[in-house]
Amino acid sequence: MEYFKTIFIVASINVVAVIGMTIFTGFTGLFSFGHAAFIAIGAYGAAILTYFYHFPFVLALVLGSMLAGLVSLLIGYPTIKGNLGSDYLAVALLGFGEAVRVILENLKITQGARGLPGIRICCTVPVIIIAMIIAILVAKHLVLSKYGRRMVEVREDAVAAEMLGVPLFKTKYFSFFISALFCGLSGGLLAHYYGFIQPAMFTLDQSTQILASVVCGGIGSLTGPIIATYIFVFVPEIFRFAKLWRLVFYGSALVLTMIFRPSGLMGYREISFNSLATIHKQLSRLFNKIVS
Amino acid sequence: MFLQTMVTGLGIGSIYALMAMGYCLVFSILNFSNFAHGAMIMLGAYVGFLFCSIIGLSFFWSLILTAIITGILSIINERLAYRTLREKSAPSLYLIITAMGVSIILENLVYSTIGSNFYSYPKIFSRNYIEIFSSTIGLIDIYSFFVSIICIILLHLFLNYSKMGIAIRAGVSDPVAASLMGANFNVLIRNVFFLSGIFAGIAGVFMGFRYMVYPQMGWITNKAYIAAVIGGLGSLPGAIIGGLILGIIETIVSVYISSVVRDVFSFSLLILILLFKPLGLFGVKLEDKM
Repeated sequence: MEYFKTIFIVASINVVAVIGMTIFTGFTGLFSFGHAAFIAIGAYGAAILTYFYHFPFVLALVLGSMLAGLVSLLIGYPTIKGNLGSDYLAVALLGFGEAVRVILENLKITQGARGLPGIRICCTVPVIIIAMIIAILVAKHLVLSKYGRRMVEVREDAVAAEMLGVPLFKTKYFSFFISALFCGLSGGLLAHYYGFIQPAMFTLDQSTQILASVVCGGIGSLTGPIIATYIFVFVPEIFRFAKLWRLVFYGSALVLTMIFRPSGLMGYREISFNSLATIHKQLSRLFNKIVS
Repeated sequence: MFLQTMVTGLGIGSIYALMAMGYCLVFSILNFSNFAHGAMIMLGAYVGFLFCSIIGLSFFWSLILTAIITGILSIINERLAYRTLREKSAPSLYLIITAMGVSIILENLVYSTIGSNFYSYPKIFSRNYIEIFSSTIGLIDIYSFFVSIICIILLHLFLNYSKMGIAIRAGVSDPVAASLMGANFNVLIRNVFFLSGIFAGIAGVFMGFRYMVYPQMGWITNKAYIAAVIGGLGSLPGAIIGGLILGIIETIVSVYISSVVRDVFSFSLLILILLFKPLGLFGVKLEDKM
């Protein structure tokens, strides 16, 4: 049970970051290989506040995620203003992510590559569930709001959106900021769950995994990436017996999804109670047909 | 001291240039960043180790055989992973994610079959150095520099004077028109992947000689990718110059400042160049395909 709980918490912490990435990649259509940096900034920000300055946990979480947001405003202004192509933006953010990691390894307050041990462990199951629900609700309302619709317009056709008066830069910048906030929150939760953080936890692999969850879950869907995140955390655990081979399976799953179902798990659709009811209705109709 | 630094920088830079050209060739024709190239270089280092150390071939033959084998592996990679996506004309992000998946597969395949041990190549170069103006210059730097130059010249001749090379350049500038003129696009792409595999193999052998062979050595190739971006993705002269600049800057920083901040320098250089020249130094204006 303890084992199951651990996996659930780890997956849910990832979900918070993936929701942020969904807004940036899924809804705005921009890519990043550097969002692990925001997780790192959130984690270190929150952990340093509780560890050295004895801040209360929730306040530290909020401040850590604000710090990640602030950094995103700094790095986002030149990169997004520069109107880089989507590949180039992803690569510039990759450079940013690696630079942040190397800086964390050399700062005094982060204790370098040894990491910060002994952070207070406050992230329990209720805390993570509450954080996740808040993240999902905020994201859902954001996506349905005026700003969310602008993001979708930018994703679908940037030129047409600009003709209709959608401020391109502001929309992209805002979505970048929001995604950094979520990633920072996820980092704070991570730090206070493991009780130990070090720069090597926030590498390109983590950025790729978040991006892969979004793409495999379905670009333009909120529930798809969440389901994909849980699959990506749970399935490797099932294959635990296969030891090192499970990462080979993970890579193959990624490639096969891209080849055979490029629109992702959910495509543009969402799972809601209504769609569940429809599925139930269809299933029971099918069942009746078979019985009669 | 300065001369020695410059030569080491050029040696490392020329390997970066070789790797960057592999990225660049694929990017120029398919418009996506082939992140599986790093894994190909890693495989090249392992294959080179097999020939050089276990079978005991000479340096020259192991270099050539490795290049051919990685070229074939690269073709297989394209055939299995990218062709279906290409035929569906999927956006380039899907190809990028697939490439990352391929690199995860290859890296962990090596992990689970060969293991995570570090292997070192036979020490052909380590004791050989020459002295010019009282500075010692390693033979490996000179070798890697000249082999890279030879490769670059051969590629240039191939692209400009052979029929296939001209067809590839036509495919780069307009795939549809090139296929209408009778060039088989699939064959073009197969040859481009073969070329990029050859460069990956040669670069892998040199990386193995310079450092060690281990499953995660593909990480170093991120820097080659940076070199390609600095020069402008899709531009071959850009890849070469980007690689050389990066190699020299890294060596100078690690000799005169500190090897710890070396990576911060190269990543900041990347961001700076992207800010002022968003398409890299020699970038060609490409339509952003999202």
